[in-house]
Amino acid sequence: MTQPHAVAEQTIHERLIPFPKAHFLAASDLNPFVTPRLLDLADAFVDFNRQSSKALDVLHGRTVVNLFFENSTRTSSSFEIAAKRLGADVVTMPVASSSVKKGETLIDTAVTLNAMKPDILVVRHSASGAAELLSQKVGCAVVNAGDGRHEHPTQALLDLLSMRRAFGDVTSLTVAICGDITHSRVARSNVALLQMMGARVRLIGPPTLVPGDADRWGCEVFHDMREGLQGCDVVMMLRLQLERMAGALVPSTREYFRFWGLDREKLAWAAPGVRVMHPGPMNRGVEIDSDVADDLSVSLIQDQVEMGVAARMAVLASLAQREDAR
Amino acid sequence: MTTLAIVNARLLDPASDYDGPGAVLIQDGRIARVIHGSAPDLTADETVDAAGLCLAPGLIDIRVKTGEPGAEPKETLKSASLAAAAGGVTTIVVQPDTEPAVDDPAMIDFIQRRGAALNLVNVRAAGAATKALDGQRMAEIGLMDEAGALYFTDGDRVITNSRTLQRVMSYAAAFNALIACRPADPWLTEGAVAASGELATRLGLSGSPAIAERIGLERDLALVEQTGARFLVDQISTEGALETLARARAKGLDVAVSVSINHLCFNEVDIGDYRTFYRLDPPLRTEADRQALIEAVREGLIDVITSAHAPAPAEDKRRPFAEAAPGAVGLETLLPAALSLHHQDGLDLLDVLRPLTHGPAALLGLDAGVLADGAPADLILFDPGAPVVIDADRLRSKSKNSPFDGRRLQGRVAATFVAGRKVFET
Repeated sequence: MTQPHAVAEQTIHERLIPFPKAHFLAASDLNPFVTPRLLDLADAFVDFNRQSSKALDVLHGRTVVNLFFENSTRTSSSFEIAAKRLGADVVTMPVASSSVKKGETLIDTAVTLNAMKPDILVVRHSASGAAELLSQKVGCAVVNAGDGRHEHPTQALLDLLSMRRAFGDVTSLTVAICGDITHSRVARSNVALLQMMGARVRLIGPPTLVPGDADRWGCEVFHDMREGLQGCDVVMMLRLQLERMAGALVPSTREYFRFWGLDREKLAWAAPGVRVMHPGPMNRGVEIDSDVADDLSVSLIQDQVEMGVAARMAVLASLAQREDAR
Repeated sequence: MTTLAIVNARLLDPASDYDGPGAVLIQDGRIARVIHGSAPDLTADETVDAAGLCLAPGLIDIRVKTGEPGAEPKETLKSASLAAAAGGVTTIVVQPDTEPAVDDPAMIDFIQRRGAALNLVNVRAAGAATKALDGQRMAEIGLMDEAGALYFTDGDRVITNSRTLQRVMSYAAAFNALIACRPADPWLTEGAVAASGELATRLGLSGSPAIAERIGLERDLALVEQTGARFLVDQISTEGALETLARARAKGLDVAVSVSINHLCFNEVDIGDYRTFYRLDPPLRTEADRQALIEAVREGLIDVITSAHAPAPAEDKRRPFAEAAPGAVGLETLLPAALSLHHQDGLDLLDVLRPLTHGPAALLGLDAGVLADGAPADLILFDPGAPVVIDADRLRSKSKNSPFDGRRLQGRVAATFVAGRKVFET
């Protein structure tokens, strides 16, 4: 009798596809044909990850370097676990606290790392475009794990995976992205990917936190939660970066919560069966009420963390597959 | 007493609006005679047959950054002078935002002496308006003026303290000294690296809204009105600010305005996917802004076009966009870039050359920038139609950060003369 573990592994190998681009820098590196197949692959990884034995050899002998110029335990761990489960050798470089302080530039770091012949670089940096710049200077695949306020494409992919698993189909969904849109790379990647897959996207937030030209993104823009949430299937809350409070973008956390924080009352304005998402980490009582965040009948927040590992496994495996195909 | 004749030229003199055949006789470094039309036989020690090439006053670039003193690996006065000579620029005015800042008469003197020793182009200096460019303490404007500073500015730094700027303007008026300021509201431009708009938002870059320039300009002009200072609006970049300026002029304010060649040639789309050579300060604006600036040049509303020469070595440019140093080199590409306004945008040659020659000379009180008897023989011979492909690696500047790299332009300098002496020849 075949073991369930073996079945999952076979499914994974059947679903492996080469990534459409040499790097994964932005949601636009995906396309409407390859994205569902990447999600299928990620689905197989979800099943695999739920088993007790989680060792694969898809990335056996490969070296994945996590290069996090910005601290992020959650994303860094997610990538590290994903790569390790695929059998890669993983190195997490503590660049946030070392080489940058010595005055080494991003390019210097890239050139040094490149000489060590990694296969995949996972990069997070506080400057928009940093991942793209690195991709021009190294010989391996680069995955953007968040660059400034530009993009965070694996987050969009895992969010899409979470939605597809919850609803089955994303093309008919209306998704509201709420909060600090201006400074959010999560919002930019999600808008691009959700629209690519046919979903309707709304942006909701105070005028100081929504770019003035966001209407040109093809989204509907709302500054009122009651109007914006009407008929929404998914409400994606964004973290309010509290340090921005000093910039007087919003007057206080309590006022922000009153008008744009998600609680039961506001959630009731959305469509029946609505699900709530948040890329984390959450400011409870600022952008989201614990009562909503912890209610597993509406919240997909824990699912997103689980899907994060699977989606990143799908991306890393596909990038390696592309290299193999060349 | 040596004489040099340049004959068979197409003379272009924006000061007299003359565009036609002619010849020039040079004696002891000055123009002894300008002949319009066919020249009689000129007797000279040396005769240059221009063979129909354009002969114009040498370009005067009033906004040139060097690394010297303090950051010589970026650019020295020598490398800047070589680039200027090759670009047909016969006078450069060095900006005061060096390290240390040019904020006392000894520094003005140092730059001028060092420049003169090079024996290439005329090297002049602008002094800082405030000590160490701190925006708080007024610099020695009178002493620097005496030492030869041509104008006073804190360069790219906006003097945010209105009281300080008011005092600087008011004090400078006593010396009839020219004050130049970048118009910008510092709060709206804080942290900005691109022009506000859909592109910057998509790329996740902090944007500088056009209105920041207008607000800054409104303040500066209000202070000009109150103090009666001579004033240069440095590096205008938006249509809205042009409107503000037009209103001020209609009220009778005597203010000059400059624009960088980059803002006449590029728009925000050129930053593409984070091309740091297009990271400029002020940032590149919309095509509508660019067209408005070109129109302003056509109508003579722009007094000065500058190269906004700002050398930055590779290590300062090969960074993520927001972290890359702003600015571009431009001395050597200034003429062909400006001629694109003639070839592509239909501007008359004299209208293009005026803000590069007579405009800055008149503003700074220099006797150069004209083809007239007695004027310094700072001249260029150039072929306005010759095709050139800009190769940044071959530029004479120590830094190679040219946004024109790889561009096909038209206009080649054949020879540059400073005080009648040939300092560059193709």
